Amino acid sequence: MSAERTLLDKLWAAHEILCREDGTSLLWVDRHLVHEGSHHAFAKLADRKMTVAEPALTFGVVDHYAPTRAGEVAPDIRRMIKTLGKNARAAGIKLFDLHDPAQGIVHVIGPEQGLTLPGMLVNCGDSHTSTHGAFGALAFGVGATEVAHILATQTIWQKRPKTMRITFDGVLGAGVTAKDMALHWIAALGADGAQGYAVEYAGDAVRALSMEGRMTLCNLSIEGGARMGMIAPDDVTFAYLEGRPAAPRGKVWQAALADWHALHSDIGASFDRKEYFDADTIAPTVTWGTSPEEALPITGHVPRDNAAKNIHATLEYMGLEAGMPLSQIAVDQVFIGSCTNGRIEDLRMAAKVLEGRRTVVPGLVSPGSMQVKKQAEEEGLAQIFVQAGLEWAGAGCSMCVGMNGDLVEAGKRCASSTNRNFKGRQGRGARTHLMSPAMVAAAAVTGRLTDVRPLLEGRI
Amino acid sequence: MNGWKILCGTAIALPQSNIDTDQLIPARFMSQPRSEGYGDFLLYDVRKAQQGHPLDRSAPKVLVAGRNFGSGSSREAAVYALVDYGISAVFAPSFGDIFAGNAVNNGLLAAQIDEDVAATLIADMGEGACKAEVDLISGRAIIAGHDIAFDLDPVRRQKLINGWDDIDLTAQYSDQIKTYRAAHVATRPWATPEI
Ligand code: SF4
Repeated sequence: MSAERTLLDKLWAAHEILCREDGTSLLWVDRHLVHEGSHHAFAKLADRKMTVAEPALTFGVVDHYAPTRAGEVAPDIRRMIKTLGKNARAAGIKLFDLHDPAQGIVHVIGPEQGLTLPGMLVNCGDSHTSTHGAFGALAFGVGATEVAHILATQTIWQKRPKTMRITFDGVLGAGVTAKDMALHWIAALGADGAQGYAVEYAGDAVRALSMEGRMTLCNLSIEGGARMGMIAPDDVTFAYLEGRPAAPRGKVWQAALADWHALHSDIGASFDRKEYFDADTIAPTVTWGTSPEEALPITGHVPRDNAAKNIHATLEYMGLEAGMPLSQIAVDQVFIGSCTNGRIEDLRMAAKVLEGRRTVVPGLVSPGSMQVKKQAEEEGLAQIFVQAGLEWAGAGCSMCVGMNGDLVEAGKRCASSTNRNFKGRQGRGARTHLMSPAMVAAAAVTGRLTDVRPLLEGRI
Repeated sequence: MNGWKILCGTAIALPQSNIDTDQLIPARFMSQPRSEGYGDFLLYDVRKAQQGHPLDRSAPKVLVAGRNFGSGSSREAAVYALVDYGISAVFAPSFGDIFAGNAVNNGLLAAQIDEDVAATLIADMGEGACKAEVDLISGRAIIAGHDIAFDLDPVRRQKLINGWDDIDLTAQYSDQIKTYRAAHVATRPWATPEI
């Protein structure tokens, strides 16, 4: 074996308790995050009369079912939230409950609270756990049986994935964001393109991203099939984390920094696969279909059927005509939020587009956390959204998945800053177009999918 | 969980690719306790939108589907819906990683087959039901008269055959976990949360 190691090698070695003869490793979990969906796992534990092994390393948060607007809360939603509270209290797990000033989407608050740190293994019963890899952590989503296993043992069985490095050279154009980078590579490699791989993002355009942008990029790894995405930590990472509530301080912080500086792929380390993209050529990108791989530059056209791919059913579901320009697709509403694009920088970009303008379609803005909400209100962003004609809501998953009742009606078309354009994702029969928050804002202003770049001129 | 080696029953084809877990079970059903059964929720909206969906015309044990089956959300409820409906095996060219893991943990075989084999099968099967026989030991299946080989990770094969449960398996390593934990805490003080 060569002495040069990848970031994955280093993270894996640091967490491997043992490797069975069959090649499966038992890994130690530094942080386990649970949300309302964990009720199946807690029920499994109760069935076996087992308790949570490491409550101090487990954190709960209300997000998927969190009501984000005033009004009656449906009984089954109330029950889901109450069940999590009951399970967390019984196990002695710290819970970010509704109304907690630190509540928010699990993948937003983990980093925000400093619970996610470089060099950690982070698990959560949610596929977008890949987000936390932006800090140089080994972070991946798991199913309910695995959640129960982690609760019971603080460990997880895992086969080591293959490694893929995705390099973005060059510089992103003005108005082009991490969201566009992600949709770009997923469109190129496919929604299962990175299946079986842990993706490490590299290159100048990745280094130039803020932590928010890096989180967006890693978040969407799963939409390209990769269970984990990661970026080597650097000064941008450390500056983001210093002083966060759960982050180490003083001497321990110094010790951490010393450890974290070693977290990068060594020069010459070999990857199972390498892909290269040129950031300069990436345009604002939107999805037209029902899979994140069905994405194109906003300057493009809805594809036509071809021998390789029958898209008739998709176009019918989406209510689109083959060959029409993407910029002629009229939307009924917009949504800004989610663990992909519900952070402060996302809201700032959207506000840049919306400032002094009026939207022509209704829309909802749900900040990723209460902290983001507070900051956006202090910075005057909330006011810009409201003045533009959008609704400013509370923090949670909201219209990304609609579990709290924030749904897109059947047949309605939504320009959305979320991560999944799957059939029915935002509601039964809903039509979702994925794009960056700035692009969502542009769609809100014009009422159709729109290239945001001219609208940002002189504003960024 | 009970293990199994051989399966006989009917199979149907779902020709679409990217059948994600949001389609397999729409989010609104996931607040139900499992004890009430998830079978009715399987592909709920898809079935309602299509009169006489193949799933409603027979009681299949086996599905053959397009690539990237079970992609998306980690919701194990997607597997519960399949299993509670009576499905024991899904054949497809590729699967969502998390789905494939969830499947094994519930005794469901997610068997990988070549893309052209899948295409041939799907074309031959059409909209009807056909006979299927699946053998976990040999890693072969006969579906609609085609004898096909499928790929399955050996660890997963063992888990399915024996009905093994990870929590029980892990218990035998508790000493190693303890030793590791002590060293991990000592050498990485920063990993202990401040709150
Ligand atoms: S915001 Fe959407 S994708 Fe993210 S955790 Fe919530 S439901 Fe999942």
